[in-house]
Amino acid sequence: MTATTTDTAPDHLSGHVTTRIGHNQKDLVEGATGPWEVIIGLEVHAQVTSEAKLFSGASTAFGAAPNSQVSLVDAGMPGMLPVINGECVRQAVRTGLGLGAQINLRSVFDRKNFFYPDMPQGYQISQFTQPIVGEGRITVDLPDGESFEVGIERLHLEQDAGKSIHDQHPQKTYIDLNRSGVALMEIVSRPDLRSAEEAAAYLSKLRSILRYLGTCDGDMSQGSMRADVNVSVRRPGEELGTRCEIKNVNSLRFVRQAIDYEARRQIDILEDGGEIDQETRLFDANRGETRSMRSKEEAHDYRYFPDPDLLPVVLEQSLVDALKVGLPELPDAKKARFIDAYELSAYDAGVLVAERETAEYFEAVVDPEGAKRDPKLAANWVTAELFGRLNAADLDIAGSPVAAAQLGGLIDLIADNTISGRIAKDVFAAMFDSGKDAGDIVAEKGLKQITDSGAIEALIDQLIADNPQQAEQYRGGNTKVAGWFTGQAMKATQGQANPQMVNQILKDKLGG
Amino acid sequence: MAGELLQLTITQAGAALAAGDFSAHELAQAHLDAMESARGLNAFTAETPERALTMADAADQRRAQGETLGPLDGIPIAVKDLFCTEGVLSTAGSHILDGFTPTYESTVTRNLWAAGAVMLGKTNMDEFAMGSANVTSHYGPCINPWQASSGDSVGKDLVPGGSSGGSAAAVAARIALGAIGTDTGGSIRQPGAFCGVVGLKPTYGRCSRWGVIAFASSLDQAGPLTRTVRDGALMLGAMAGHDPMDSTSVDAPVPDYATALTGDIKGMRIGVPAEYRMDGMPGEIETLWRQGRDWLEHAGAAIVDISLPHTKYALPTYYIVAPAEASSNLARYDGVRYGLRVDGEDMTDTYEKTRAAGFGPEVKRRVMIGTYVLSAGYYDAYYLQAQKVRTRIANDFRAAWEVCDVILTPTAPSAAFAIGEKMDDPIAMYLNDIFTVPASMAGLPAISVPAGLSADGLPLGLQLIGPAFAEETMLRTADVLESAAGFTAKPSW
Repeated sequence: MTATTTDTAPDHLSGHVTTRIGHNQKDLVEGATGPWEVIIGLEVHAQVTSEAKLFSGASTAFGAAPNSQVSLVDAGMPGMLPVINGECVRQAVRTGLGLGAQINLRSVFDRKNFFYPDMPQGYQISQFTQPIVGEGRITVDLPDGESFEVGIERLHLEQDAGKSIHDQHPQKTYIDLNRSGVALMEIVSRPDLRSAEEAAAYLSKLRSILRYLGTCDGDMSQGSMRADVNVSVRRPGEELGTRCEIKNVNSLRFVRQAIDYEARRQIDILEDGGEIDQETRLFDANRGETRSMRSKEEAHDYRYFPDPDLLPVVLEQSLVDALKVGLPELPDAKKARFIDAYELSAYDAGVLVAERETAEYFEAVVDPEGAKRDPKLAANWVTAELFGRLNAADLDIAGSPVAAAQLGGLIDLIADNTISGRIAKDVFAAMFDSGKDAGDIVAEKGLKQITDSGAIEALIDQLIADNPQQAEQYRGGNTKVAGWFTGQAMKATQGQANPQMVNQILKDKLGG
Repeated sequence: MAGELLQLTITQAGAALAAGDFSAHELAQAHLDAMESARGLNAFTAETPERALTMADAADQRRAQGETLGPLDGIPIAVKDLFCTEGVLSTAGSHILDGFTPTYESTVTRNLWAAGAVMLGKTNMDEFAMGSANVTSHYGPCINPWQASSGDSVGKDLVPGGSSGGSAAAVAARIALGAIGTDTGGSIRQPGAFCGVVGLKPTYGRCSRWGVIAFASSLDQAGPLTRTVRDGALMLGAMAGHDPMDSTSVDAPVPDYATALTGDIKGMRIGVPAEYRMDGMPGEIETLWRQGRDWLEHAGAAIVDISLPHTKYALPTYYIVAPAEASSNLARYDGVRYGLRVDGEDMTDTYEKTRAAGFGPEVKRRVMIGTYVLSAGYYDAYYLQAQKVRTRIANDFRAAWEVCDVILTPTAPSAAFAIGEKMDDPIAMYLNDIFTVPASMAGLPAISVPAGLSADGLPLGLQLIGPAFAEETMLRTADVLESAAGFTAKPSW
């Protein structure tokens, strides 16, 4: 056990040992003097989904009036004592299991001592040498379909601080302690990431797993997930370089920007013959740049020691086993099943499983009580039409005006030739706007497909009679003109004629 | 009449209240008058006469209806200022908690009020419980009601011991029938010995620490100061119990401690540790210790010579562990939310000015020691090493319990000394706790019983240490020791 640490260098997290072997040519960054490899590790702070804070009974709801969710413990009143919230411990264990990580049956809470006005106790209760979760590993998918593995160094529980508000008064800083004491999981990756794109993909995957587990809502805009980004650069194959830690980056886009900026900054310094100072930096989102916050020399000595107000957390293996049994199917397993059971492409499966709600929606469309609809068709409708309209309306799937059963109903109308795929798009638009069932819209608007061959024959006879010139061209060998006739037939029926039947009858009549 | 009411024990007063000899109101008023006339002792930092009479009247009303909350119903007691008391100034004897009036009540005091006890006021103490003479209080020193009859200290004001000096002085001076204190390294037992009263520190975890202003969390424990062992047993019974708000509070049933006082210790094995014979210890302490052994042997106990080999490391390790925890516990006093604030040019300047003005020199010394022993590069050599030694000390006791049931030692290496002495030598001051600290480090229950007078006419105490949660065995032995010693002397105040 050592107490030697600084906040610029999470050496205490033994960290900075990559488990990624070799490098990918496409990830290298070209400098003036040759290629560089960017080495990235993330420390993600994920707010634990729980009703109450980590050590006090106060509520964790977001958006309440300032200082309305503050217990005596959160405010650091004299004589107050922390009591661990068992649900937060269970959530951390669930998360560890979901990350395929070692669960430590004995873990210890330590005090991390430093002064800050929004941290009323004068110390943060965290876990230092004995975290609740040890090493794990997750698979991360890239948009191009490739995947790679990222080592998880550890996960520990800690308290969040309050919020300092600097913009309400010219001289004063206001403090809101609503967040003070809220449970966070700090999830530390190995420095296994090699590009901004990989870091973003890792963060997305982590977010997806946490949301599946229900242990963090992953809402970065509300601060439920923030990342400290460690960046260093090296020549391919050489030793790891000196890193800088960029604190509290709170969106995927900013993570990408911060990494790209920081890597370029470090490469420029090294190529000019300079050295990288190990330091803590902050990301200025307005300027898209990182700035020095604290040098190594200015780093705090946190004087970690075991919190004497708390007993070690000792878990029974049986509890861990029970939590494991209760875990939901996670994205990787679901994706594999979608590929296997529904014969979806890896890409479609990946898109559908990224959010648990989407995957559930998709399955509700395809497979309600075993009435299996065409999975490929369902996947297309969900990922193309539904996603497109949801994005345009700025809704998530939970807010979709078209329920899964309704979309299933639409697909059934296509399958039994009641409507054509083209008409179906119009029907879907109407469903999205009105929330009505597909069948009702088809009936109301009289959109039922014309499959009466007598009616179609009569229509085509009329078209041929009205357009002898085009009919002659066809018979003269210009079969492309059949498309023109099809178009005319569809136009005349407002798209309701069954296109296959139209084509067949045209062919028979013109060729006959 | 009023004078007689002040001389009673809690047991006697309880019986008299039950018999209707006087009312709780009369009993409270007598003690409030005594408190007022004894203000020269500076034993109280806040007096709560109105609250006392309201609580006493409530006790009288209950009795009138044939109800009672038990042996403490209507008994006036004093509360060390380390306990947070709702609506009553709670300062830990520190300038930095100026004006701090909690909106909450500590678990221990809440338990006492639920048992019908009557609150007289808050007692003086060493700042943040750091001291052994009650001289580090922001409110000035508390004065021991005892005075030396001969020797160098004649005519001088003496210290009551510390840190629970005000509580010990109040009980000794017959201002309160009982009082509560806290003991981190001897802060109940040593002032008990200096003031000639019983001071009881229960097992760590027996009483809740919730609402007790923290000094050293792994050591702090509340306990009573009383004029008899039986009174201490009654008070502890009301104070103790599991508290879900304190993770270190132990979920074990609270026995009826008074019924353990059978007077029978036949066959009890009393351990006498060789390591408590200290160089330069006054002969009269040694003599009293031998006397105590004889008393217990005479009562039928067997004396066993034992060894607690790591005893000499207890005090040095205590002065690493306790300041380390204190340096962190006291970080919250930053001038931001409550208590004193001295505005500076910026946040850091405000912290520095507030803490510079708000903490006294002893507190600063310990915050600095604690910060040092936890700092990068020194943690392993000091804090971690101290924790290892602490385990050894606990193991010493564990081994001792194989051969004995209770351990007998002196409580303190001297009688009370004059205010102003040992002020320039912190180490000499720390040595006051040499016999009390080992049990604290091991979390064990211990009690100081007044056992005799020094050549200068000042009280001396003997300490009994028991195994964890063996308060009953310890109290039974203490009761026998108390009877044998027959300590009836009273302070001249």
